Amino acid sequence: MAFIRFAERPHFRNPWAEFERIRQGLDELSRTFINEGQQALARATVYPPLNIFEDRDHLIIKAELPGVKAEDLDISLEGDTLTLQGQRKPREDSDKVSYHRREIKSGSFSRAIALPTKVDMDKMTAKLANGILTITLAKAEEVKPRQISITTE
Amino acid sequence: MSEHELQVQEKKEVQHSGETTKPEKYFVPAVDIYETDEGVTVIAEMPGVTGEGVEVSLEDDVLTIQGTRAPEDTEGKRVLLQEYESGNYLRRFTVAETIDQDKIKATMADGLLTVILPKAAPAKPRKIEVQMG
Repeated sequence: MAFIRFAERPHFRNPWAEFERIRQGLDELSRTFINEGQQALARATVYPPLNIFEDRDHLIIKAELPGVKAEDLDISLEGDTLTLQGQRKPREDSDKVSYHRREIKSGSFSRAIALPTKVDMDKMTAKLANGILTITLAKAEEVKPRQISITTE
Repeated sequence: MSEHELQVQEKKEVQHSGETTKPEKYFVPAVDIYETDEGVTVIAEMPGVTGEGVEVSLEDDVLTIQGTRAPEDTEGKRVLLQEYESGNYLRRFTVAETIDQDKIKATMADGLLTVILPKAAPAKPRKIEVQMG
């Protein structure tokens, strides 16, 4: 017969202890996200993976699109949604080739991004160089940080 | 015509045998390799690498392709979302075919490196006459 000695039992059972442990765990989780936001990679689920930066006046969106031609790429801005569409065309090979490795895929893609701030629709530039797409959006005047001068009497 | 949707391919980091002194990251570029009667063509995805940043070498049947790119300029910028890391590229292959080393050609366009390795003409059989002393 198994018997439990009294001393092995916890001194008292706090019904909230488990909640406290969960809360601490969540705090820990959010802390790592805030502090290591630079290092922590967000997992992209839709092609292409993006990097988004901002500075005082601009919002910069970057994507790696090797092998995509500018004419096969379509960028549109509608309200706060930026849509990136395009396709990577398969290479035209002659019949007499035999593949050793085939890792580069071809196909179409479409990704919509909800912009975090209002942007000036007219000041949008997109550049495709060396397989990297850089979209630069100018923030709308009303969301730009404004310097407030302090007057002293 | 393959009209399927492109999937996100995660970048694989090169497993170094030793650590590098610089804190740089090297990724394995995705490649297509095909062979024709004339030669072997290697196409590697290396976005962000310019023509000057590419190094291709063939040594003892080992083809090394390396691409270095300028680090991302994040001066005065705040990262809102980071879904990919930018770094250099490195990959090695053992080439089984005999390649004419002098005629290797490499071009860089739209972030794709194309290396053409022409096959060497098969060695002609040569008869060696044995001189009788």
